[in-house]
Amino acid sequence: MITSLAFLIASVLFISGIKLLASPKTARRGNLVAGLGMLLALLAVLPLLHNAHGGSVSLWKWFLLITGILLGLVIGAAGAYKVKMTAMPQMVALFNGAGGGAAALVAAIEFAHVTRASSLTFVMAMLCAALIGAVSMSGSVIAFLKLEGRFDQPVTYPAQKLLNAGLLLLCLLLAVVMAAGAHSVMLMVLFLLFALTLGVLMVLPIGGADMPVVISLLNSFTGLAVAADGFAINNVAMVIAGTLVGSSGTILTLAMCRAMNRPVSNVLFSAFGKVDASAAHANSATGSVKPVQADEAALLLGMAARVVIVPGYGLAVAQAQHQVRQLADELAKKGVDVSFAIHPVAGRMPGHMNVLLAEADVPYDQLIEMEEINPEMERVDVCLVIGANDVVNPAAHEDKSSPIYGMPIIEAEKAGTVIVMKRSMGKGFAGIENALFLRDNCRMLFGDAKASLQELVTLVKAG
Amino acid sequence: MPAEMLVFFIFVLSIFLGFELISKVPSMLHTPLMSGTNAIHGIILIGGMMALAGAEGFIQHVAGFLAVVLGAANVFGGFMVTDRMLQMFKRKK
Repeated sequence: MITSLAFLIASVLFISGIKLLASPKTARRGNLVAGLGMLLALLAVLPLLHNAHGGSVSLWKWFLLITGILLGLVIGAAGAYKVKMTAMPQMVALFNGAGGGAAALVAAIEFAHVTRASSLTFVMAMLCAALIGAVSMSGSVIAFLKLEGRFDQPVTYPAQKLLNAGLLLLCLLLAVVMAAGAHSVMLMVLFLLFALTLGVLMVLPIGGADMPVVISLLNSFTGLAVAADGFAINNVAMVIAGTLVGSSGTILTLAMCRAMNRPVSNVLFSAFGKVDASAAHANSATGSVKPVQADEAALLLGMAARVVIVPGYGLAVAQAQHQVRQLADELAKKGVDVSFAIHPVAGRMPGHMNVLLAEADVPYDQLIEMEEINPEMERVDVCLVIGANDVVNPAAHEDKSSPIYGMPIIEAEKAGTVIVMKRSMGKGFAGIENALFLRDNCRMLFGDAKASLQELVTLVKAG
Repeated sequence: MPAEMLVFFIFVLSIFLGFELISKVPSMLHTPLMSGTNAIHGIILIGGMMALAGAEGFIQHVAGFLAVVLGAANVFGGFMVTDRMLQMFKRKK
């Protein structure tokens, strides 16, 4: 009775936690509220622990339980506090993979306890949890590796979709055989291996730029696996928490796809980002690249009335968030109106750029979203693009053959002058050329973003 | 109504609740929200604890122990990393 009540309170805390997480003012409190709910749920489960015959848990088991929790705590804390903010998406992928793996293992153990009298519904829930959890685990690991840049190009081969569909079918077939009463450890291991392979093969053909969508999707997968586990072991708090994550994760995935103006099926199945040499330059823009030196750029910035800074992942890679804030501060001292325009998918994950700028103490009310800045762009004197590429590529509006055609962009080209800070004339993450760099009002400031920004700060201060 | 059916009711209602909860979230919060919900499915830790407590034989012990370690890493790491992200969101003083 008391434990049920505790699980109910925990569920309410999860719901209010997610609600609070959805607003910038209360987000941190929301996370703490959800954490409190989790603590309550962990305490409430203690009286429910018993051995396979309903007796009390042996001392040896308690030792294993406590060691396991402490080990996980140390691993989790080390990962959470050591990771650089730029590598945040990878870390989330790993934690998600851990959750998926745990869900699959729990389902497998519960399945071993299934008897002839067990209800078919519970057996099906276990097999669902094992399948989805294992797919989520191996998929997350591949997503992690891709974000780490080990192999961010999509891997494609003939009959890929057919093979994946076949593998899924094989998993389902095996599930039916097991649900019908074939309970061998070997079958379960085979089932999990197939599911793990399926997860790997599903994520392999997806390009590195789309990994955030994949992580978000796998996050909701893990949620569903946890819910199915909760169903199988008859724990309502697990059902509620898992389902909430499953459905809110789905919404989040769709929101991300909408920001890129691509249906989710296109993200998952089209091997986007695979460099197609023949189509890339079908109608290349005319014009020439006009490099600019730092002193001229500083002059342009210092004389402007309004400056908009468009930061991209390149800024984060160069670890130049602090320098860009210094530049913004120096310009503000001279009376320049400075703001940051954030594309919804800037960085490696929606909102990632906001986190990176927040780390450099840029107040979040100085950050403007794309929809708000675009109508004002014509009145902006200088638009400073730092390490961003695809999100300011006018081909998204103008070039129907471009793979990013239709994606909403920050319309940097409409500003009086555009200064693009870039390491070299390389391509963006999507692997396509940028017509913006050839525009008459565009100047390129080549070099390492951190060093260039430092130079600009000094020059603006002096001038 | 049988108990399984009741849990199924809760499942379906939770789906709609999840949709409603985050239908209007500014994109600046997508990353923390993904990370925060990621921590919440770390509740699998309690499933892992129950599975390990009821484990019999070597294989189940190993699997149960692994499930507890992975679940604990998910839940503790998830909440910590989300908090680390969110503590940086500040308004202009």
